[in-house]
Amino acid sequence: MPLVYSGILSHAPGITGRSHMVEPDKEATRDAFYGCLKRQREAIRSSGAEVLVVVAAEHFANFFMDNMPAYCMGIGAKHTGPIEDAQWLKIDKQIIQGAPELATRIVDLMLKNVDLAYSEEWQCDHGIMVPLNFLTPNYDLPIIPCNINCQGPPLTPLNRVWNFGEALREACDEQTENIAIVGTGGISHWPATPDSGKINEAWDKQFLERLMSQNKEQLLSYSDDEVYAEAGQGGFEIRTLIAAAAAAGGRGTLQFYSAELPIFAVGCTVASFEISS
Amino acid sequence: MNRDDRTQKEFGRNKRQVLAAYDLTQEEYTAIESGDIGLLYVLGVNGQILMHYAAYLKIEWFDYLQAMRDGVSKYGPVRHGIYAMKEQNRKYARVNQLRGGGGA
Ligand SMILES: [Fe+2]
Repeated sequence: MPLVYSGILSHAPGITGRSHMVEPDKEATRDAFYGCLKRQREAIRSSGAEVLVVVAAEHFANFFMDNMPAYCMGIGAKHTGPIEDAQWLKIDKQIIQGAPELATRIVDLMLKNVDLAYSEEWQCDHGIMVPLNFLTPNYDLPIIPCNINCQGPPLTPLNRVWNFGEALREACDEQTENIAIVGTGGISHWPATPDSGKINEAWDKQFLERLMSQNKEQLLSYSDDEVYAEAGQGGFEIRTLIAAAAAAGGRGTLQFYSAELPIFAVGCTVASFEISS
Repeated sequence: MNRDDRTQKEFGRNKRQVLAAYDLTQEEYTAIESGDIGLLYVLGVNGQILMHYAAYLKIEWFDYLQAMRDGVSKYGPVRHGIYAMKEQNRKYARVNQLRGGGGA
């Protein structure tokens, strides 16, 4: 069973960059979130994972309006990041080891079912660097970065995201290496806008309930209009979370959720899924 | 520019030369050249681009958020891009303008 772990976690530059700005009465919540991310790191390590696939929703680090693939995988030998000012993000510039041979095999298999672009040059922004900061702080696990366009509509439909997750799973299952997957995105949030800090907690909880229970029909029923109205443009990032659920195939366990850290500009979520046989 | 150190350095040295390579309206040119976050927001720059540009300009987080609100007050609702794509959002922009901004 080469897919050995599948989980989700939030990303946002504030999680590292504005950690010091958390109000004193919310520091315990922040620290509980960080503690849960540490346990996720341990769970990935104890799964025996030899490589980590990060299904992310990048923010114009590699792709722009001149060329915006719906799906892309980084197959380079190394990646760089963060693109952001290191002081602002509070994560130093890194060279991150890739897994070129394995990633190329995965792309080759996934192309049977998904129109997946690939790139040998990958720059990571906070969407990947913040998760890595907690999950592989020593940068000692090879990373295969993967992007679903969640920023610039038109966006890939959710049913195709599900297919993408399943195709990723099938491709992983044909490998000999132990592979972990994390999907990283926000649920409802309005990042980098005047409404930054707003979170629709009820919407998040309903989404998470559907995600943890693998309720495919309801998960795929969201329209982009509904997501935008209820969950902001940050809500488009549910694609990464749905992909991780589809890849896992089993029920999820929500390990952490809090909407009480608005300075992070995202609800803070950590969860893992059972890997279906 | 947000993702290329060399362009950032060049921009720091000679903004005009860097900007000359792009087909920009006068308003777009002025907004970038002067670092007018509010106008860039109203013109439709995605926050994920604008936030990084503001960080490059060393604008503090709450000042960045306020600059967008001030931009809506000064220049009107967001005209293009993802934040202008829905009528409800145009309504939001107007409400936001009236109440002087919101959010954390
Ligand atoms: Fe994001």
